[in-house]
Amino acid sequence: MNRPDLDAIIAAHAGVSGALLPLLHDIQQAFGCIDANAEVALANALNLSRAEVHGVASFYHDFTSESDPRPVVQLCRAEACKARGVEAMVPAAEAAAGERVRLTKVYCLGLCSAGPAARIGDQLHARLDAERLIQLVQSA
Amino acid sequence: MTLVRISDDALALACGADEVAAAFAATGCEVERVSSWGMHWLEPLVELDGQGFGPATLGDVGAILDGSSPKAIGPIAEHPFIARQQRLTFARAGKTRPLSLEDYAASGGWRAMDRARAMPPAQVVEEVTASGLRGRGGAGFPAGVKWKTVMDARGPVKYIVCNADEGDSATFADRMLMEGDPFQLLEGMAIAAHAVGAAHGYIYVRSEYPHAIAKLKSAIALAAERVAPFTIELRVGAGAYVCGEETSLLNSIEGKRGEVRAKPPLPALQGLFGCPTAVNNVLTLAAVPHIMAEGGASLYARLGLDRSKGTMPIQLAGNIRHGGLFETAFGISLGELVNDIGGGTASGRPVKAVQVGGPLGAYIHPDQFHLPFDYEAFASADALIGHGGICVFDDSADMGAMARFAFEFCAAESCGKCTPCRIGAVRGGELIDRIRSADAHEADAVETLPQMHNARKTGRSRAEDLQLLEDLCETMQYGSLCALGGFTPYPVRSALRHWPEDFSDGI
Repeated sequence: MNRPDLDAIIAAHAGVSGALLPLLHDIQQAFGCIDANAEVALANALNLSRAEVHGVASFYHDFTSESDPRPVVQLCRAEACKARGVEAMVPAAEAAAGERVRLTKVYCLGLCSAGPAARIGDQLHARLDAERLIQLVQSA
Repeated sequence: MTLVRISDDALALACGADEVAAAFAATGCEVERVSSWGMHWLEPLVELDGQGFGPATLGDVGAILDGSSPKAIGPIAEHPFIARQQRLTFARAGKTRPLSLEDYAASGGWRAMDRARAMPPAQVVEEVTASGLRGRGGAGFPAGVKWKTVMDARGPVKYIVCNADEGDSATFADRMLMEGDPFQLLEGMAIAAHAVGAAHGYIYVRSEYPHAIAKLKSAIALAAERVAPFTIELRVGAGAYVCGEETSLLNSIEGKRGEVRAKPPLPALQGLFGCPTAVNNVLTLAAVPHIMAEGGASLYARLGLDRSKGTMPIQLAGNIRHGGLFETAFGISLGELVNDIGGGTASGRPVKAVQVGGPLGAYIHPDQFHLPFDYEAFASADALIGHGGICVFDDSADMGAMARFAFEFCAAESCGKCTPCRIGAVRGGELIDRIRSADAHEADAVETLPQMHNARKTGRSRAEDLQLLEDLCETMQYGSLCALGGFTPYPVRSALRHWPEDFSDGI
């Protein structure tokens, strides 16, 4: 993790009340994870213990302690998408993903009238069938 | 030049609206990106001279322009799905460009704020109370009473917090409002701020809504001058469902773990950073501009049923033919919503169950379709309206698996503060597996450890396991601080009550 970049992110949030969550988002975005160095730097900047920073970072699903360069496909597995048959598509999607793509669960993308739905980056995809989902995973 | 209107709502985009819009632009049409009408099965919906065409694909462009398209649905505003609604909160849906200040002002925007700001705060609170508006996030607490508590609280600094952490499956009204009419939300917040005496507000939106985040960012910048001196800041969640609970949401904004706080103290008295705070859902705040318009409060109070006043943006989702947003006065029956308006299941198979109110809502059997959409009527039937989401399941659904998922979801999303929720959810999942399994129900490995003095050493019969599940549900319901642990028993018990045959796999 590049120290000057980290310091710049922290400096950009100086004076913000409750800055930890926005900081964690920016660091996760820039470095792909919140590692030990980042936790120490955040703890120093915000006058917290490292344990407190780690407690927050590990609480939220969006933050990870190690970076994973693989492409991510988030597949909604909540009730509305289950009602539209997402579970039956999962084995084939997992097979298509293999080790190359990270196929993760997400609970609701807000496209509940047009499921099953998936998210890749900021792109959303709705009305998926097995074929289309496999295609998305393969091209991710 | 031909003017074509296509939505830029996230659902339309997920169904290919951008490609269709680009194809129309390539033919020389002027394309206007507007909010969504909420007829989701028709997205991407193309509007040309008030006439609708959908769901449009790239191949339909030519036929739509020369008038020969078989996807014509006639005048959109007269479509039965739209004509049957009473749209107050979503009055602009489909009609305006979400980030156009010009469109917003031309359709009555800011009038309510200007009127409210000319009134003393107490009078604003009085009008909102008189309208009967109740919190649309799920709990249904009277908005005016909450505002009065914050208004009367002592403190130099007070906050307005908009809860936009819409995590319930089968709900998307907050998302549609934020993406389609963001200024209305900001106006509602500015009115609330004037009423309670707040100078600064936060919107806490979930990270799963990238388009809503982008729209809100732009809208806040564009409207900053108009809502000044009130200021609004956007905070983005980080994937924790429990942060939709107001006290964990406040902790999250403060930069802490999203753990639930015990109440009292009420957030209205000691909320964000310890200051008096009004936490309201997106739909509650977005209903305020209509109510604060001249005569709006009494109009609002005349709609609805008993103590459920006004309109509710109902979300039709899951396995439903005509899914989308249906705003109407309280009192409409569940059967009318699912069968008449929603057109039954998308798969064409019989309806088996509907879940109302998100993952913590009860599964309702078609026998109960006479239930009127009303907070009290649902509560007396051991169900809840929640945020107004209706998720339909056809007869292929396995309700035993859905009950198990309710525990699985609770285990994944529990903040960990209350033992019944943190541990009960895991044990509940195991218990349902045991109940559904044909294997002999032997004693649990942990229970037989020598140090487990009070634990039972023999296996349980299926009936005893069911009783244990009932006990666990009761413990979770009464022993959890918030609705996550407290309401997870609703889907579990209702599934078990109505579909016991789905809990006996292999037996």
